[in-house]
Formats: sequence, C-alpha cells, structure tokens
Amino acid sequence: MLSDRELAILGILEEDAKVAPAEIAVRLGIEEEEVRRIIERLEQGKVIVKYKAKVNWDKADDQRLFAFIDVRVTPERNRGFDTVANKLYRFPEVHSLYLMSGDHDLTVVIQGRSLKEVATFVAEKLAPMEGVVGTATHFVLKSYKHDGDVLVEEKEEDRRLKITP
Amino acid sequence: MTFSPEDKAARALLGITPSGIRKYFDLLSEMEDVITLGVGEPDFPVPWHITETAIYSLSKGYTSYTSNSGLLELRQVISEWLEGLYGLHYEAEDEILITVGVSEGLDLSLRALVNPGDEVIMADPCYVSYMPCTILAGGIPVMVPTRREEGFKLNPLALEKAITPRSKILLLNYPSNPTGATMSRAELIPIAQIVEAHDLVVVSDEIYERLTYGETHCPFASLPGMKERTILLNGFSKAYAMTGMRVGYAASNKTFIGLMTKIHQYTALCAPTTSQMGAIEGLRNGSASVTRMVKEYDQRRRFFVDGLNKIGLECSLPEGAFYAFPSIRVTGLTSEEFCDRLLAEKKVAAVPGSAFGESGEGHIRCAYANAMPNLKKALDRMGEFVKGLGVCR
Repeated sequence: MLSDRELAILGILEEDAKVAPAEIAVRLGIEEEEVRRIIERLEQGKVIVKYKAKVNWDKADDQRLFAFIDVRVTPERNRGFDTVANKLYRFPEVHSLYLMSGDHDLTVVIQGRSLKEVATFVAEKLAPMEGVVGTATHFVLKSYKHDGDVLVEEKEEDRRLKITP
Repeated sequence: MTFSPEDKAARALLGITPSGIRKYFDLLSEMEDVITLGVGEPDFPVPWHITETAIYSLSKGYTSYTSNSGLLELRQVISEWLEGLYGLHYEAEDEILITVGVSEGLDLSLRALVNPGDEVIMADPCYVSYMPCTILAGGIPVMVPTRREEGFKLNPLALEKAITPRSKILLLNYPSNPTGATMSRAELIPIAQIVEAHDLVVVSDEIYERLTYGETHCPFASLPGMKERTILLNGFSKAYAMTGMRVGYAASNKTFIGLMTKIHQYTALCAPTTSQMGAIEGLRNGSASVTRMVKEYDQRRRFFVDGLNKIGLECSLPEGAFYAFPSIRVTGLTSEEFCDRLLAEKKVAAVPGSAFGESGEGHIRCAYANAMPNLKKALDRMGEFVKGLGVCR
C-alpha cells in the first residue's frame, strides 16, 4: 500500500512529469528532501516506470497508424497465455498488450506507419505464431481521447467573468 | 414637466453604494492578457455527470415549475446528507427550502426576520452582499472587526461588545469569503454561548462547507442548542462548480422556513428545475469530483500562499474556501491603490480588501481558483510589481 504522500506525488507527476521536487514540496507542504526520497523510492520500485512526452501524432506530420487486434489463443498447460504474450510484447510494433475477458483472449495494439506495415505484421508475425488461432484487426480512424487527455479540442477557454464577488 | 428617473428611485437604495469590485469589472472588460485573481468561483467546469443529468432532464421535458419549496427528492437528499454527515436532522417536507443560490437564501432570511431598526451583526471584512441586503431588509448592519493576527476569526469579546438591546441576528460565514478563515467547533462554542445568552438568531452562510483543508467543517447548527435558532444556508455553486446554475438551500425550524417560503413563492416561485435535477445528481454521486477539486485547490493554496510570502506579502495559510488574503501594508499603498496599480502596470487583477469592509483595508483578496500556470505568472508579475515599489525584500 502506498502512503497518501506517495499517492499525492504520483498524482502530480502523472499530470505533469516536469514539476520539480521543490514545487511538489510546496504544493504538499512537505520538505523537498522528502519528495526527492519518495520519488527515488518509487522509481527504484518501478512504480514510476518512466517519464515521457505525450504526443498527438495526428498533429505531427509524421503520421502513425494504430490498430487494435483481437487475438484468440490456445492456452498452454501451466503457462496459460503467458508464452504467447511474452513473444508478442518483444516486438517493437506492439504498443500495448492486454489479456482480456470476453470473446477473445489478447488485445494487441499495434503502432505502425502504414496500412501495409500493420498488415505485414499481422500476416507474417502474429497470425502464424504458435498458439494463435485467430485474429480480427481494427484500425483506428480518429483519436478523440488518449490516456486521459482529449485530443480533438483546443483548450477550453475560461468563460468566467474576469471579476466576481 | 421633465421626467427625471433619478427622482423616482426608492429611497432605500440611496444608502447603498455599488460594490467595490464594480469599477474593476468595467476596467477589465477592456483589457487583454490580464491574469485574474478576482474571480470568486471555481475554474473547473461542472462535473460532467451533473451536466449530463441536467441535459437529460431537459430532454425528458422536466421544464415546468417545481413546488415552491423545491423538488421533494432534492430536499430528501439534502436531509439525508446533513443527517449522515453531521447528525443534523431536518424534515424534508417543511424544514428545507430550495433557493436560487445562497444569495436568495440570505435575502429571504433577512427579510423574514428583520423589523425596521433591528441590528444584524456581521464580521468585518465579509461578503459584499451582507451589508446591502441587511439595509434593504430594513435592518442596521453592525460590523465586528476581525484581525489578521487572529486569523480573521470572530472574537467572542468583540462580538459581546457589539451587542445591544436591538441586536437580532448574527450573520456568520465560515469558511469565509474573502479571508478563507474557518472556525472550529471549539472556537464556535463561545460564540454559541453568547448567541444563547442574548437570544439571537444565527444566519450561517456555509457555502464553502466542502472546501476545507484542515479540520472538517463544523456547521453552526450542530452546536448544542443552536439548531433551533440557526438558519443554515448552503448551495451547490462552490463545491460542485455550479455557480451559473443558481441553486442553493436553507434549512431551519419550520417557522423560519415557512416565513422564507412565503417570500420565495411570490418573488422567485422556485429555483430552476434543471439546476435542481443537477443538484440531486451532485449530492448523490458527486463526492469523487468534489474530492478531486478540493485536492487541487489544496495544492494551489500552499503554492500560492508560499509565493506571496516569498515576494514579501505576508499571508497565513487559509484553512478554507479558495481565497488568500495577504497583507499589503508593507507597500505603504491602500488596498485600492495596490489593486489599481497592479492591474494597470502588471495586468494582474485582485480585489481590494476594502471592498469587503473597513477591516479588510491593508489586504487584497486573491482567488487561487485558477490554473497553476496562471498562478505562477500572477506571482511573477506581483513579485516584479512589489520589487518595483522598492519597499520589500
């Protein structure tokens, strides 16, 4: 169980990874040294995995293509779905990988540069893999919200009056 | 004979001056790139589940009047809420009235109880409408100065001194706009004893109830013997960011609520139905949204107050609402001069403490209900301004 302090620090960094320990300390009313200590501990424990920029690729010229692939797998005795999953997540094309409840077993999110690239991955790597019995590929047409952030709107303007009692 | 509209004005209005923030409103409307610390309302939008419920109720045709008292379902939810959180029992049927925000609740309370010449005691500084509403109701406002050294809490001795045979109502507002002050149960008990000894009625505006950062809020009505003689005013504007939806409530004894309903039915009829629908959803399912906003305000509060102290504007950490009320005495300017020049020279808007009463002089009200980057910019600009005056560190 993480402490309230640890959770508060994670909350701030999840929202903005660039907030400096000194500012976190002021915002939470604790010592900067303690903030540094907690962050280091969270990093070492891999609670904080890494810090990276969230990019809206629709806005960048460098177009990326996302596909969600439903994969049905024959589970292996004693290992379940882990063997197939383990083979899959090593591919750099695999952006995310989840074991699902429902009518398929794994959801693979592929990030590619073109339709062809994704199709090749599915046809040559994913579908023939031992244990995989079927795939259904769905391409993302437009991203509205990703990982908690709305991508399609400009920042909402402040509609409040400029001064109120 | 020429027609003179001025001559037709009601005499009661002559004693009432426009609010001290009015002039900034006009100034600001013509300026660009202003960072405003002058907004007394949340910067968050209404939580989406509340908005969605309100829209759904509109689409389903819930657009007619509600009962004068407000939707019974809303009164029931409020009754359960007060009971569950504070052990305060109010009958949904006749001890709770849904109002058009606390603003209406305050006006109703005063008009329901004040006879000409009755004195209404309030802390100075206080919210801008207390004094005018008292005058409009025919009462006489009596200001009890509060001091920064005492955290702007109401001092029992000072209260005692203000009491006369004509004292009738004590108007409380904790957590406070403009100071952010709160009063704990222990601090309120001596006040309650004075109220009892002098047979006063308390009108307690607790609109910032959910926005406390230390001890949880203590409703005045929950003190021994105080429920009967208290009108509890609250609403949804601050906790649920529903300012423009205009919905609040009053809870008190049957008689007081009956008197207030009498005025309300002829003047407002009922609070907006759509907003009442949203309020039900807010009380039922809004706790997570409120907690999230309070956490955010709490961090901004520490950050902003720390920044004020660093630039030499002394400010203690407020325990409630979303206002910092720093002293600007060190600059040698009046609070109005300070705000005028800060706006003209650095494009940062704040409200002079004097707008809230004489004891507010020497301070400014800064609302930290603003995004963190704006607070940072505001502090930078205020720092430059204070430094430019050449009086502080």
